[in-house]
Amino acid sequence: MTLYDVVRGPLVWIAFIGFFAGMIYRIVAMARLATKDKVVYATYDAKYGARSLLHWVIPFAGRNTRMHPIYTIISYVFHICVLVTPLFVMGHAVMWQESWGIRWWSLPEATADLMSLVVIFACLFFMLRRVVLPQVRNVTDASDYLLAVLVLAPFLTGFVAHQQWLPYRPILIAHIVTGAAALLLIPWTRLIHMIWFPFTRAYMGSEFGSVRHSRDW
Amino acid sequence: MADLQDIQIIDPGVDESIAKLTPERIEQTINRVLTEESAARLKVYLQTCVHCGLCAEACQSYVSRNGDPDYAPVAKVKDTLWEMVKRKGRVDGDFLHNAARIAFIDCGACRRCSMYCPFGIDISYLIMTVRRILNLLGVVPQYLQDTTNSHAVTMNQMWVQQDDWIDTLMWQEEDAQEELAGTRIPLDKEGADIMYSVIGPEPKILAQLIANMAIIMKVAGADWTMPSADGWDNSNMAMYSGDFETMGRVERLHWERAMKLKVKRVVMGECGHAYRGAVYDGPRWLGWTKPPIPMVHAVEFYYELLKSGRLKIVRKIEEPVTVQDPCNIVRGRGLHDKLRYVVNAICDDFRDMDPRYEHNYCCQAGGGLINCGPPWKVSRMKSNKVKAEQIVGTGAHTVITPCHNCHSGIEDIIGYYKIDAHVSFISELLVKTIELPEV
Repeated sequence: MTLYDVVRGPLVWIAFIGFFAGMIYRIVAMARLATKDKVVYATYDAKYGARSLLHWVIPFAGRNTRMHPIYTIISYVFHICVLVTPLFVMGHAVMWQESWGIRWWSLPEATADLMSLVVIFACLFFMLRRVVLPQVRNVTDASDYLLAVLVLAPFLTGFVAHQQWLPYRPILIAHIVTGAAALLLIPWTRLIHMIWFPFTRAYMGSEFGSVRHSRDW
Repeated sequence: MADLQDIQIIDPGVDESIAKLTPERIEQTINRVLTEESAARLKVYLQTCVHCGLCAEACQSYVSRNGDPDYAPVAKVKDTLWEMVKRKGRVDGDFLHNAARIAFIDCGACRRCSMYCPFGIDISYLIMTVRRILNLLGVVPQYLQDTTNSHAVTMNQMWVQQDDWIDTLMWQEEDAQEELAGTRIPLDKEGADIMYSVIGPEPKILAQLIANMAIIMKVAGADWTMPSADGWDNSNMAMYSGDFETMGRVERLHWERAMKLKVKRVVMGECGHAYRGAVYDGPRWLGWTKPPIPMVHAVEFYYELLKSGRLKIVRKIEEPVTVQDPCNIVRGRGLHDKLRYVVNAICDDFRDMDPRYEHNYCCQAGGGLINCGPPWKVSRMKSNKVKAEQIVGTGAHTVITPCHNCHSGIEDIIGYYKIDAHVSFISELLVKTIELPEV
């Protein structure tokens, strides 16, 4: 069994199982902890939670997103690309089909390349921002750069592998390893904002809308 | 870098208390609050924040201090709560001194930053958690602690004794009768439609406001009453000093007084934090989902009276006016449109601040800030240059402030920045502009 076979086989299993198990564990633990926080469940309100979420997922609907137009555009495009690209890139679709015979819609190659580049440049932008802006630099530590690198690495290696600029096999292995690392670490790092976002946003929307009769965007 | 003058301010309530603490007590107290008194929200907020800094411009202190990064909301959490969590409660006296300045002076818990955080992280809740820890350590600015002590002992904020209270009401009744014959302040009238409640500073230093409301009630033909015994004060500085036990006692007594009088609803005077304490924080601490009787803020009450024609405006204020949106009734209750209806009904030349409504800047006096007293006044002023600019930008000479903290805070700002303006409560303008019946 070669190193490639290991990362292509067991490591991918570990990554997916670890990712889903970690997410489920975090959600269940937090749902139980929330019962101790008297106000949480009593405050959630579907209408106002959704109202707030909607205003914050539509670019420029909230005042703060209008105050930072460049950041808003980069951040929105980044988040769409970071979620969509891995699901629909051709190379991944082929794997689904080869392994389990699942047919999957896939992105045109040029589009997927462009989306990967967006993620790479957005990560560089986020890191640059941490250096340049005093209010961001002040609250930045090493973990913030590591998080950006954690997201950047699988996209960079994936892009380079696809372009075949470097020896293909080693880069592909690096791509799978960094991708697995990102998946495994999402539940245990601040990347968990991926699942907490709808909950924190909806809670604040509920508190502002249903309890305090005002708007939070 | 935080303001050097502010860092050096000595407050006996903070520094003398810190000197008495042991490392064990600090560690135990912090860890108890972090593990036993807080749960899901604290955890999720700390795990979710990606340190993006997008909350910075939401805070008037950050804007007023020319973008000093230490005044960004996220920096205030970093320099207090993040460190406490990271060091597992093992922090020293210098750290606590700094944390007290940040939590009690640099943040007014106005919740504006929560509207700018993309995740909706309740940063003010995090700062209130820091205040709770400091309170349990006995580290609270001396003036603020004095008001909390007053609440604990007298059930009002300003050490007003019951005979003083009744005497003040009778005195204000007489004063009101000079303006409008037959005006009464009915005490302990069981089953009245309305119990009117005020904050401690009204009988102590702004008694005229009680006479104003008596005249408004008389003109509107309201069936109302005021309690003669404790529970009349709806203010709650214990809520802001982190003494939630005392906060709960104050709110419980206030609602019990209203229940004993069997009133249909409680109308409260022009105060913001009192509304927050009576309607949100108090009931939550007591385990109630809502107050036992509906509470109506003065702005909403005036709106009702003007809209229904029970009050008629006969001479409007002509000079230009602007209005401060108090956080606890605008971000806290969405009363901005009703507030503008009332102001436009009374005034000819109303000019809005920019930004306005929920996005208006805080007065940097509420949230217990002004109650921290003289040692911290200049710091408060430096933290709200942007409010001075907002006021000057309107060109108004009257700033209407339907909240006691906004009123005192903006009065300070007007003096410090030498602005040609003055502050006014709505009731002061109403008694000058409404039609008084012939008697």
